[in-house]
Amino acid sequence: MRDDLTDALRRAGGAGGASERAAARLAAEAERRGLLDVAYATVDSPLGPLYAAGTPRGLVMLAYGDVPLEERLERLAREVSPRILEAPGRLDPVRRQLDEYFAGRRRAFEVPIDWSPLRGYTREVLRRTAEIPFGEASTYADIALRAGSPRGWRAAGNALGANPMPIVVPCHRVLASSGGIGGYTGGLDRKRFLLRLEGVEPDDARGEGGAPRRAPRPGR
Amino acid sequence: MRPPPPFSRFLDDHREAVYRFLVATVGPDEADDCFQETFIKALRAYPRLRDGDNLRAWALTIARRTAIDAARGRRRRAQPAANPEPPPVDGTPDLGDPSLWQAVRGLPPRQRAAVTLRYVNDLPYAEIGRVMGSSEEAARRSAFEGLRRLREVWNAG
Repeated sequence: MRDDLTDALRRAGGAGGASERAAARLAAEAERRGLLDVAYATVDSPLGPLYAAGTPRGLVMLAYGDVPLEERLERLAREVSPRILEAPGRLDPVRRQLDEYFAGRRRAFEVPIDWSPLRGYTREVLRRTAEIPFGEASTYADIALRAGSPRGWRAAGNALGANPMPIVVPCHRVLASSGGIGGYTGGLDRKRFLLRLEGVEPDDARGEGGAPRRAPRPGR
Repeated sequence: MRPPPPFSRFLDDHREAVYRFLVATVGPDEADDCFQETFIKALRAYPRLRDGDNLRAWALTIARRTAIDAARGRRRRAQPAANPEPPPVDGTPDLGDPSLWQAVRGLPPRQRAAVTLRYVNDLPYAEIGRVMGSSEEAARRSAFEGLRRLREVWNAG
């Protein structure tokens, strides 16, 4: 049944941009009422877009843009909370500090990290990894030792591969005991980029032997 | 049954339907407040939601209750009856003929909701029934009666 009346009804309520603007205001209201469990934002970087997410406790995810945002959010919904909204404000500190880091003006991140979704050995490995200073390199074996499991270097590698916030938890600073570059979820090119940014030159070419050596600091 | 998606996805999927419904039932002035209230209520209940199916009907159910509460609040504040529609402010989308909306908002609540859900939101009757907590048949009747009443008062000319 179509006629003038039903057509007029169909045309009306043509919200379009209005519903988008109203939706954009929702995050602030949710935050005010303590209902925003996870805020997310997209951060530009020389390594491509990064997806950042934070709870009221701190940073809970920083992810390379290779996996679609939707998948990242679905995982956060399962593991943290489905109360997720885009709300760049909460991520402003990490965004600013990432800009400074990539510009060579920051050596340490000073943002709280929410460790609560991480469990057991993975959490322990990542906490120890977070202690490796800028420009230094460690090894899988050393991290396993510090995490209390001397023979668990393979498990340490797996834990690092599951790092939910690379760069800020600097798993790129963990190399193979041979001095080789090891692995990286974001791809070895990104790992090399980050190490060079910090003045570390891994023994990429050689498979065995040789500790990672410091490269001359780039001119400032 | 699948789990509900992240709330951001839920909001993107259903904000348009909720906004259209609210503009038609409470008017453009109150639509925005009701919109915020609807999604805040949804956000509050969201972690307890187990079933990710029929989320549009769920969102509109909350919107409908919010619209009813808003109408009660308005009556309590006892505003003068004839409240002329203000001219659209900058950025307000074209909402069509204001006399039509006046007529829609003059319908009894169930007819108003059914007409809006059917003709503004384009929902099938089964889903309208779900939103209104009634059978598909009752929803169809309410929409039909509402439309007939609208024809009496609104002349498309």
